[in-house]
Amino acid sequence: MVNQLFSLIAQATGGQEKTEQAGADKSAGAEVPLGSTPADSAGGPTAPAPSDPYEYSYGDYWFPERASDFAAEVDWLFYFIFWVCVIFFAIIVAVMVGFVIKYRKRPGHMAPLPSPSHNTKLEILWSVLPSFLLVFMFVAGASGYFKQRIVPEGAYETHIEASQFNWQFTTERGDITEDLHMVVNEPFKLTMESRDVLHSWFVPAFRQKMDVVPGRYSEVWVKPTKIGIFRLYCAEYCGDGHSLMKRNVIVHESWDDFNKATIWKDEEHTPEENGQRLYKINCAGCHSIDGSVKTGPSFLGKYGSDEPLTTGAMQTVDDNYIISSILEPQKDIVEGYGPRSQMPTFKGKLSPKQIRYIIAYMKTLK
Amino acid sequence: MGIAVDRTKTFGNAIDGDNYLNASSGIKSWMFTLDHKRIGVMYLIGVTFALFLAGIFALVLRSELFTANKMFLTEAQYNQMFTLHGAVMVFAFIIPSIPAALGNFVLPMMLGVKDVAFPRLNLCSFYLWVIGTLFLMLTLMMGGLDTGWTFYTPYSLKTNTGVIFATFGAFVLGFSSIFTGLNFLVTINTMRPPGMTWFKMPLFLWSLYATSIIQILATPVLGITLLLLLAERIMQIGIFNPAYGGDPVLFQHFFWFYSHPAVYIMILPGMGVISELISVHSRKKIFGYSFIAFSSVAIALLGFLVWGHHMFTSGQSALVTIIFSAITFTVAVPSAVKVFNWLATMYKGCISLTTPMCYALSFIFLFGIGGLTGLFLGTLSTDIHLHDTYFVVAHFHFVMVGGTLTALLGGLFHWWPKMFGRMYNEFVGRIGCFLVFAGFNLTFFPQFVMGSRGMPRRYARYDPEFEIFHQWSTFGAFVLGIGILISFVCLAYAAFKGPRCAGNPWGASSLEWQSSSPPDFHNFVHNVALCDPYDFSTQELDEELDTFVHREFMEPEEKPVPEVEPQHT
Repeated sequence: MVNQLFSLIAQATGGQEKTEQAGADKSAGAEVPLGSTPADSAGGPTAPAPSDPYEYSYGDYWFPERASDFAAEVDWLFYFIFWVCVIFFAIIVAVMVGFVIKYRKRPGHMAPLPSPSHNTKLEILWSVLPSFLLVFMFVAGASGYFKQRIVPEGAYETHIEASQFNWQFTTERGDITEDLHMVVNEPFKLTMESRDVLHSWFVPAFRQKMDVVPGRYSEVWVKPTKIGIFRLYCAEYCGDGHSLMKRNVIVHESWDDFNKATIWKDEEHTPEENGQRLYKINCAGCHSIDGSVKTGPSFLGKYGSDEPLTTGAMQTVDDNYIISSILEPQKDIVEGYGPRSQMPTFKGKLSPKQIRYIIAYMKTLK
Repeated sequence: MGIAVDRTKTFGNAIDGDNYLNASSGIKSWMFTLDHKRIGVMYLIGVTFALFLAGIFALVLRSELFTANKMFLTEAQYNQMFTLHGAVMVFAFIIPSIPAALGNFVLPMMLGVKDVAFPRLNLCSFYLWVIGTLFLMLTLMMGGLDTGWTFYTPYSLKTNTGVIFATFGAFVLGFSSIFTGLNFLVTINTMRPPGMTWFKMPLFLWSLYATSIIQILATPVLGITLLLLLAERIMQIGIFNPAYGGDPVLFQHFFWFYSHPAVYIMILPGMGVISELISVHSRKKIFGYSFIAFSSVAIALLGFLVWGHHMFTSGQSALVTIIFSAITFTVAVPSAVKVFNWLATMYKGCISLTTPMCYALSFIFLFGIGGLTGLFLGTLSTDIHLHDTYFVVAHFHFVMVGGTLTALLGGLFHWWPKMFGRMYNEFVGRIGCFLVFAGFNLTFFPQFVMGSRGMPRRYARYDPEFEIFHQWSTFGAFVLGIGILISFVCLAYAAFKGPRCAGNPWGASSLEWQSSSPPDFHNFVHNVALCDPYDFSTQELDEELDTFVHREFMEPEEKPVPEVEPQHT
């Protein structure tokens, strides 16, 4: 019954008007011949996008750029409330400063002037009148909320798995990517799950946010309206590497570009390239390749080095140690990262072949 | 008419005479005191210590945020800093600050009585505060704490840091808060002097009463939640941990069922203080007394129904989300009513820009921003974007610091002459107030902008485009820190070396001013003369004492002063 109510209201406010069209576009997209031109770099953007992924597009003073179909409405409501607040605040401060100047204690004004100590009509007036503005804000906010929360039917489904401190994106076809790929003007439904603690999916340019709760799926949807690269943040505190849990959202011009960027065939790449891709998808949240220490040790120069363990023994980082660390992270922990390792096991997530690719990649990091 | 008393003894300066400070001496006389005034002073010293400790954490973390990349803290250390800053500020400082420190001192005196209803419970409450705070301190040595002050599950069940010590500390502090609330509630209900009906009470008492209701009804929920969290962490019973079939969102409901009303535990006493300050320092009867009184109660009751607005993005049902949004807007009305009434009180008044009044004006300004920005967060579609960003951080600091801390400082300057019989330096006091005001705005205003531009909370590292905002904010934090330091140095200096002042330097009408400064151990050495707490025409200047005295005590000038037995209520 509640859902019926929602869809009624949503229809009234235009939340589902693009549903049929979206479904049609999506099925067309899925039928694009796959893999004819493989993407030339690991998860790299092939869509017309800023050459520097960190180039920042400013939007206006209060907001980053608008890149989803409800961004404009959110911003409009924000500015409406903003100006209401500015006007009220200006009046309050003006009255306050005016009274302080006019009625300050000074020679010639050493005592208060007679004035009433209450005025029921006035007080009811200033309690009730602003309430109309509040009602408007509530209704406008709730109607915008319906649009943000009701997923149009037939939206393209991307699965997101969040873990400390990593995002992993799986397309409908089953390709896993490092970044979240989307196509402009297409609705995307993101089904999210967490492997460990709370996370929150937040893309400021889309004005959209949803917590990722372990033990259940959460859903969020967005229809990007701008081609380009946008920031994806984790907005719910999740531990040491919380502020490093950032990825890019890459919005492509067409399904063609989308497929080029997302489809990856291991056999067309060297083991090192495959390893690099797997590193970005699985390991980069905690392990750097430039020597800086994140939640885990850096991979730079790690292969073949000798590391002290929490037990006091020395351990050479060889193939066997890497395999055991990936599958049983709690077994031999390097000094400084214990007593309990924060790393989850990748048993069942990475195949033996994929682990060999990662080892091949680690060998290149000298 | 006219009550004959020794006016110097009863209304004058009592530093050399009998007062609560010199009634007995030695460390034990303080440790085992049942005197609400001494307990209030001990609380004040305690919460000031907590304020400075948590303030230092704040400066450390603001310094770390001066650049986008690492300055001197690892991510893990940064997370510990913001957690301890929040936990100590909320549980050990803000919640007890105004009620337990100022309220303890002022409440019985405003009622014209000797003490609170349960003096031993009052002392017990103080020691629970000490124990709870020690547990929080102990966390520092036991591997720190990195859950955020909210202890959200399941992270708080997994982290290696000292969650058990910290939650136990917060649990004990909760009992301290409940005891204070219970004590005040009973005191106000049963010990009002004959003639002081509910609507003749000073508004500070109304706000403390409303606060006490929340403390008694909401704090037990926090206690239960924290116990469940401990049980879950130790025994894995599967309440909050999805790995054992629990629900992490349930924890958020439990937590905010306390912690949202707790926001009003923090701000309502501040509003009460401001009602007193504006009226006394404008020498005007408070405008719309009953609206202010009822708005306190309305805020306290509505405050229980809005906890879900902390969870708009948590995945709670959309219907519930919308209901919480609607109720949230209703809380805006009583808060706005108070601001309008304070302004109307100043109309045609005789406003002295004393330090307390400067703090009160600063409160209206900052609380105005804090309250108005709440509208962006109560509105659903904008909250989806702003939730868990610096916009929220700025919003609640404007309410908690711009509101509560400003009110606490204003209240301290206002009642300081009463507490210690000495006047602070007005010039230094105003300088401190200005620095607090300017530093505060500089710290938190840029955070609104970076928040709506997408800067998430609790980030040790951030994107370079936010650097300029963070640098202003860090700069402001140091100005704010210096302002707070100057204010407390000014107060501390005044308590020991300030010029002496008599019983009622402001000419205020509430009963606590009908005593010597500092007050006698028994508070009053004569029966108080009941009067309207906001009718300042009842106070007349006694030129000999250089202070205001209720006119009932002014009459028999020429007649010899008869001996009057001190009557203790």
